[in-house]
Amino acid sequence: MRIDKDLVAASATPLVLGILADGDLYGYAILKRVGELSGGRMQWTDGMLYPLLHRLERLGHVSSSWGTSETGRRRKHYAITPTGRAQLAERQAQWSVVADALRQVWESAPRPATVVEGWA
Amino acid sequence: MAHDDELEAQIDRWRGYVHRRQVISSADVDELEDHLRGQVTDLRATGLDDDEAFLVAIKRLGNLDAVSREYAREHSERLWKQLALVPDESAGSPAPRWRELAVVIALAVGAGVAVKAGIAWLGDDEAAFARNVGLLVVPFLAAYLGWKRQAGPRTVAAIAVPFVVLAVVLNVYPFVPEGATEVLAIIHTPVVLWLLVGLAYVAGSWRSDGRRMDFVRFTGELAIYFTLLAIGGGILLGLTAGVLQLVGVDPEPVITGWVMPFAVPGALVVAAWLVEAKQDVVENIAPVLTRIFTPLTIAMLLAVLVALIASGGLVEVDRDLLILMDAILVLVVALLLYSISARDALAPPALADWLQLVLVGAALVVDAVMLTAMLTRIAEFGTSPNKIAALGLNLLLLVHLGVSAWRSARFLRGVGTFSALERWQTRYLPVYALWAAVVVVVFPPLFDFA
Repeated sequence: MRIDKDLVAASATPLVLGILADGDLYGYAILKRVGELSGGRMQWTDGMLYPLLHRLERLGHVSSSWGTSETGRRRKHYAITPTGRAQLAERQAQWSVVADALRQVWESAPRPATVVEGWA
Repeated sequence: MAHDDELEAQIDRWRGYVHRRQVISSADVDELEDHLRGQVTDLRATGLDDDEAFLVAIKRLGNLDAVSREYAREHSERLWKQLALVPDESAGSPAPRWRELAVVIALAVGAGVAVKAGIAWLGDDEAAFARNVGLLVVPFLAAYLGWKRQAGPRTVAAIAVPFVVLAVVLNVYPFVPEGATEVLAIIHTPVVLWLLVGLAYVAGSWRSDGRRMDFVRFTGELAIYFTLLAIGGGILLGLTAGVLQLVGVDPEPVITGWVMPFAVPGALVVAAWLVEAKQDVVENIAPVLTRIFTPLTIAMLLAVLVALIASGGLVEVDRDLLILMDAILVLVVALLLYSISARDALAPPALADWLQLVLVGAALVVDAVMLTAMLTRIAEFGTSPNKIAALGLNLLLLVHLGVSAWRSARFLRGVGTFSALERWQTRYLPVYALWAAVVVVVFPPLFDFA
């Protein structure tokens, strides 16, 4: 299943902030975590993660520092900041409203037959 | 092990490719490389070989154009190339970061001290100061360029020997006060000195056409940066002087006595440093200016020609007019040089090349008219140092422009190459300096120092 591009973009910020809330990580590890969490079904264009991280850093939601990897190369680690945590809480509230509304819609109007997917 | 080498080479090539995107800084490339390596390692663990793992990892990073656009959206300021005067540590240069800055500041102050000492030493003899001011500043500029290029002893000697000869000639010759030969020497000395700066700039490879052209570019950019510094400094000085005057302090003596002797030569050294630092970071501005001014200069030359012809007899053409016309022709040669310096030698002829030929043609006609006027004047009133110097310069310009016109016509007809036109410029340039040296060294004794 391919997830719509706009949906990926909209969920990227809360996803990254949520992952970082669990602990500091570097770019590739964040992407791996996204893969694990979605069971490999959410595929990002890897290169797009970094401009996103840089934007979050500029907004003050995350901070970064250079360290070294286990092979001794330069590696940039990202950590969530207090503003980032506030932002994450805000996003969580927004998403639960959306998810709640969607769940009610799904319940009142049952899923269309999965055949449609085959046509897409 | 061989596999690893192959992978390293692939990653290196990829780095070079990504690095060309100016919105992706080298720190970003490091970050992306770390990602790429992580991905490759994981893919290899699943059984892919190096090549396959690399290709899949690259593919997952995404289309570089799209990724660059994302970076550009986040870092739009990077589209304006920033001039890093003191390179980042991450740039990986092993040389100490501040050493060049320290050398530049020391040389700029040194040039200021030399000029100030010259003023103190020569006192009120303004002509003597005018003869020597170039000699006081140029060693510092040449020293910076020589230091930067780690010039060998032969280069140093090639600069120092003519420099000493020039210094001796300018100070030993018994010039008649306010005589023409002294004024000519003062005007022509900077041209000779600039050749010496050029020797420092090209270091050992003075025969190389490419290096000579680099020096031409350096000169143009230096002029522009110096002008910018002068404007900035002028504004700062004007504001300060205004405030000081209003509170009743006269800033005049300090400005002429201390600020100017240090600021002007210092600015020259600093401008040279700026040009060296920016070289491949920022687009050159001089060639862009030539594009704008080539058509305008053609219009000006045609207007001047019409005015000259309409004014009638060439004998009456007065001396000031001839000097002004020489200045215009030198400007045309500069325009020609800079448009050539910026052009891709392999590109096919374009409109700009035709315009350039028209410009050179118009300048040739103006030069021919002036030569006629000069020869008429010489036949009428006899020779003088000024007339011979002007005649010489015009003949040099005539040869320069004539051969340029011929070469560029051949290029436009598809017979010759553009690089032949380019080579002609760089080979001919030293002739101007040699002529200037003749005017400085040979003219005074020839005309009894009058």
